[in-house]
Amino acid sequence: MTHTLRSLSTLLADGKASSVELCRDYLARIQALNPTLNAFITVDADRTLAEAAAADARRAAGQAGPLTGVPVAHKDIFCAEGWLTTCGSKILANFVSPYDAHVIEQFKAAGMPTLGKTNMDEFAMGSSNETSFFGPVKNPWDTARVPGGSSGGSAACVAAGLAPAATGTDTGGSIRQPAALCGITGLKPTYGVVSRYGMIAFASSLDQGGPMGRTAEDCAWLLNVMAGFDVRDSTSLERVKEDYTRDLTKPLAGLRIGLPREFFGEGLSGDTARAVEAAIDQYRKLGAETVEVGLPNSRLSVAAYYVLAPAEASSNLSRFDGVRYGYRTPEYRDLTDMYEKTRAEGFGAEVKRRIMIGTYVLSHGYYDAYYIQAQRLRRLIANDFAEAFRQCDVILGPTAPTTAFRLGEKADDPVQMYLSDIYTIAVNLAGLPGMSLPCGFDGQGLPIGLQLIGNYFAEAKMLNVAHQFQLATDWHARAPQGI
Amino acid sequence: MSLSIDDVQRIAKLARIRVNEAEAAGYQTQLNGIFGLIEAMQAVDTTGVEPMSHAQDLSQRLRADAVTEPDRRQAFQAVAPQTEDGLYLVPKVIE
Repeated sequence: MTHTLRSLSTLLADGKASSVELCRDYLARIQALNPTLNAFITVDADRTLAEAAAADARRAAGQAGPLTGVPVAHKDIFCAEGWLTTCGSKILANFVSPYDAHVIEQFKAAGMPTLGKTNMDEFAMGSSNETSFFGPVKNPWDTARVPGGSSGGSAACVAAGLAPAATGTDTGGSIRQPAALCGITGLKPTYGVVSRYGMIAFASSLDQGGPMGRTAEDCAWLLNVMAGFDVRDSTSLERVKEDYTRDLTKPLAGLRIGLPREFFGEGLSGDTARAVEAAIDQYRKLGAETVEVGLPNSRLSVAAYYVLAPAEASSNLSRFDGVRYGYRTPEYRDLTDMYEKTRAEGFGAEVKRRIMIGTYVLSHGYYDAYYIQAQRLRRLIANDFAEAFRQCDVILGPTAPTTAFRLGEKADDPVQMYLSDIYTIAVNLAGLPGMSLPCGFDGQGLPIGLQLIGNYFAEAKMLNVAHQFQLATDWHARAPQGI
Repeated sequence: MSLSIDDVQRIAKLARIRVNEAEAAGYQTQLNGIFGLIEAMQAVDTTGVEPMSHAQDLSQRLRADAVTEPDRRQAFQAVAPQTEDGLYLVPKVIE
């Protein structure tokens, strides 16, 4: 089951398979392998097959789009009407969404059935998928290892062929880092390109939904579905609709690739450094030139992020109080007691840590020293990228400092876990698009991710740069054995 | 800087999260570790740098003052822990 969206689209268009048949095949694979991988929180075969039958009827009526009938899995952060939508948390473990996120509406309009809701770190806070209330996801390349996070269920299900593609969200690396650790391709668009309406909020100024697939071409097709202006998201950008596949086939001759020296220093594993160097050589063969660039303030991105993201999270997660939806503690004396117990019992340890950090940095007397200082650093980080893009078309480096680590290895050490996102966080702070694509394997057979960072709205260019690499290499076509 | 157990309890109170004594010690260690990471920020002189709240410097959009939402109270209250006659029920707050 290593079909690309193009091959599935062709199968359906040629009448060689129906959407119902495709969905049955994927659901059977989910049933067989999900007990091992735990990539899905919710599977609802009847609902999926009903959506598939509707897609087949639409095709029979001559109203099919290119992806009508192709199924997709959705990260459990996207509200989908009638589907359990948990965000990986006990506090939403009983929440059946009464409405659709904008992204879900877009997939429905395209006629793409939902295969299920994928597992994730609780409220997208994590880099290993171990903070999920529903248990960790296993990496299909080695089930003793993490898939990365927070979109770990989406990454694992695509890598293992349980779904042809999936949605993810990325606040500090949550699409790119799991894509790297699971050997798939994932893209975080420019902030504001994909609507956040119905996407359960973590850090609103950083959160961005995006596609996760086997190839850059698949991601381009998916982004065509996901992107679009939505009046219900106050930061959605009002732009002319783009075709993200338009530049895929352009040659790379003359492309200027920026190599940030800060991304190739201390902390980067040898195998990852070698794979990224080999990718750079491949790009030179494809006609690209390289130029060294500096991102001197990027070393402060993790620190600034762990002020800004928890601050916004502490505010966003105040809505979970046991009144309007979700879990409520069974016994309480008064209103405050109900709030405090509901939240203590409903949130996991990492979410509580981040709410407390956020509460502290926003509290009286600390706001300027932490929150405003972090916002100033954010400006410096964004300025570094603006300077770098004067010298190059795209920036290239590793996605993550290491390949997939062992389950439990960093679970008790939040600071070590946070450093998994050292190369991805600056991109969110600047609001730039970033993507990860497979570029090799380490000595233990674990996939390595290559990160591309583009200027604002350069998604089509990045997808072109990634697609040309995938035409010349076959890293993206490798699949885990024994799964 | 270093948070005391009292600081942890004060923050937990502000955040409306019940933290017992045994948990407070664990949070103290972990939060101080995280603040150790955050403190790296303070070494940078940011005088004159404009704080950045969003990537695209947007202003809030305005819309016509018209009703656009349909009434879906029943559907939205169906997921609430406790409701009655269209109202959300909470413990009594005024004697």
